[in-house]
This record gives sequence, C-alpha cells and structure tokens, in this order.
Amino acid sequence: MARRPAGLRRNMTFWRRLDMASRHAWPAAFLLFGMLVIGLPLGLPGLAAMRPAYVMGSVFFWSLYRPASLPAPVVAGAGLLLDLLGMTPLGLWAVLLLVLQGGTLAARRRLIPQSFLLTWAVFAGFSAVISLATWGLQSALELRMLPLLPTCAQIAVAGGIYPALAALFIRAHRGPAAAELA
Amino acid sequence: MLRLSVPIRQALSRLTLPVMLMLSLGTVLVGRADQNLADHLRAGLDDVLAPAYALVTAPVVALEHGSGLVGHLFDLDAQNQALAAENAKLLQWQTVAMALEAQNDALKTALHYQPSPVPEFFSADVVADLGGVYARSVLVTLPPALARDPARLVGAVAMDGRGVAGRVVEAGDRSARVLLITDLNSRIPVSLGVHGQPALMAGANGGDPALLYWAPGQPPAEGDMVLTSAMGGAFPAGLPVGVVHYDSQNDPVVLPLADIDGLRLLRLFIYPSAEPVLEPIRPVVKPAGKPHKGH
Repeated sequence: MARRPAGLRRNMTFWRRLDMASRHAWPAAFLLFGMLVIGLPLGLPGLAAMRPAYVMGSVFFWSLYRPASLPAPVVAGAGLLLDLLGMTPLGLWAVLLLVLQGGTLAARRRLIPQSFLLTWAVFAGFSAVISLATWGLQSALELRMLPLLPTCAQIAVAGGIYPALAALFIRAHRGPAAAELA
Repeated sequence: MLRLSVPIRQALSRLTLPVMLMLSLGTVLVGRADQNLADHLRAGLDDVLAPAYALVTAPVVALEHGSGLVGHLFDLDAQNQALAAENAKLLQWQTVAMALEAQNDALKTALHYQPSPVPEFFSADVVADLGGVYARSVLVTLPPALARDPARLVGAVAMDGRGVAGRVVEAGDRSARVLLITDLNSRIPVSLGVHGQPALMAGANGGDPALLYWAPGQPPAEGDMVLTSAMGGAFPAGLPVGVVHYDSQNDPVVLPLADIDGLRLLRLFIYPSAEPVLEPIRPVVKPAGKPHKGH
C-alpha cells in the first residue's frame, strides 16, 4: 500500500490489524462454525435439511451485503465441506453455492435498495432453484431418481429460517463483522 | 504484499468466481472418476472432526442423561411415570425370559448345539449426526485398539442396545461413519416371522424402512419380528432389526428396534466374512513310485 501523509490515516498498530482481520473473517468463520454445530446429535428433527439451508442463507446474505468478506474460494471450500459432511457427490455443493453467489452478485445492485420482504422472496426463489438443481444433478450423478420430497422440505426450511438468519446477520453486519469500524 | 495496478486487481477479483467455478466443476469430474477420493477425504475430515465433536457432545449427553433428546428435560414427570410402568412390564418379561432361557439351554443340550463363534465387538460413542437430505449417517469415535487396522472395520454391523442401527461404511484412524438403516442406500436382507420368510429391507430416507421382495402369496403379518438374514453374506443371521407394521395396505414397513433418532452408544460387531473365499485349485500330485529329489 502507498504511504500517505500522517494524519489522514490512523496508525496501523498490531491490535488494529487484528481487529480488522477478525471483522473481515467473521462471516466465513461463522459460516464454517455453524455448519459444524448443526452436526451435533441433538436429535432434533429436520437437522439434515438445516445445514444446506443455513449455508445457502449465509452465502446469499453476505454476498449481498458484504461480498468482500465471503470471497469465492471460501464459498467453494464451504461447498466442499458440505459435500464431505453430507455425503453428496464431491464438488456438487461447491458448484451450486458458487452459482448462487454469482447470481446474488449479479442481482446485487437492484436488490440492495429493496425491502426485506422482497429480498426474502428473492432468496426463497434462489434457494428453490439451487435445491432443485442439487436434486437433479445428484439424481444424474447417481443414475437414479431420488425422491423429491426431502428437497421440498429443504426449500421450505431455507425459506423459513432466512428471517432469523438475517436478523442475526444484520446485527453482525453492523457490529462484529463491520470491517470499516475497526 | 504484491503491488498491482488497480485495473489488474479488479480483473483478478472478477476472475476469482469463474476460476473457482471451473475448479469446482473439475472436482465433480475427479470425484466422479475416482470414487475412493471422496471416501479418503471424508475419512480424513472425520478423523479431524471426531475429537472436537466428542468434546462438545459430552456435556450435551451429560445434560440429557443419555436419553437422546434435549426435549425430554421438559417432561421429566411424565417420563418417570412412563418408565415406572414400563419397568413393571419388563420385570414380568424378565421372568418369562429366564424361563425361556432355561428351556432353551435344555433344548440345546438335548440337540448337542454348537454355538456360533462370538464376533469381536467394540463400543463406540456417537459424536455427530452427519448427513444430508439424501443421507442418514452418524459419526462415531473409535477406541484406540482399532487404530492399527481401521480397514477391517468397514462393513461392521452397528447395533444400539436393542437392534441393528446400521453398518460402518468408512473408517479412519479415530472415527468411523455408520450408514443407518433408514438411509436411501441401505439394503438389508431380512427374514420375517417364525418361518423366516425372506425379504429385503430398504431404507426410505428418514421414514421407517420399507419391506420389498417378500413372497407374493405370503405377505408379512403385522407384528412379525424382523431379523437379519445371512443371505448374500453381508450380515450374520438372526440379529434383531424391528417389527413389521402396515402404514397402508400392501405397504409393509419395519419399525426399527434401535432408537435411530437418538443414538448415543453403538456396538460395532466385526463378523468374519461369510463370503466365499476363492482359492486356486492346486493340481493334485500323485505320489510317485520312488522318491525323487526336490529342487
């Protein structure tokens, strides 16, 4: 980085660098942490559909409001982790999450000024398309028709948990994940 | 830090997504071409995750007293009454079981019964409930005694206190993955009722496993006991699996004895392989008339 005259810029102390790095890493760290927490054997119903729904919601939200904090390699890594945890064909979720991120980034300028309800509806549409694509691709890769019902459940779960996720993430967006406040 | 001009940096940041997409598509192809790759990666990841999960799961189990559901904490009184009633019933069954055991021993003595070899078994803690919408599997930690040769654990039968819960499909040094009988890919040959009619129990992705390929003239009866069958050599015969139940007509399912949604501790039985061993047939050397020197 080019040196600027003192006074225009605050000193980059070690603690400030650490603060910036942690704020920058918050979305990705929380995404990975949440994926693992969902694996705890609590015996709650619907946990299987919860993990993909949670990941889709996270990728959508952070790609929309703070894309620099969730770069494509992290999304691909999260997809691979999802494939390994969930026993889907390797790389399937990585591809689809990147497609989701690409779609969100493309719609970003038009979507940001809109109301929450519309954003929610758009996410529900995106997650439905991605879930159906998972179903289609996995059926194609395993050479048999998989039942459609679990995918429908996943779509419903994704649409259902988005408001809760968004409420949590909006607070993080203004607080612990706000890199510009460091 | 690498110093790049602004347009180049912008171009690079635009390229990240397509490049990652191409790489991911490549991963799909590689994973499709080499099925073992995903298994190896998964076993490695499980080995890393299992100790962490074990650490976090322990307090959860302590909190719920191993009952399998956090929700049970809220109706302890009702649960206590149910347990007291069940205990009274079980005590009656205990006397029946003791009488039957004595009778069974007498019959075995009369028949000169040869007991089947006892398989090796290990107990393993369930530390994580991993799976997707089309997969039902749990992660278990392994005792250190198995660490030397985890490969022989693949195929081991996993049972909880009451019945068959699944089979080990992947094993690493510290952890193993158990595919549950409710998984879509689970196919278990079973025998039904006292006559041991053959059928196939197929996982239905979450719900109760379905029964397939039973003899058309003799549909399985409601309440028939379902035991594993040795047909195909994958399972030993006679392990308890569940009970036949009809949700709708002509559509029998198996109600598993194992508490599939609240597994905490599994016993992993390593049975000697029952599949036929193919050995080359050695030519029979006829004894010669006179001994000749060996080479």
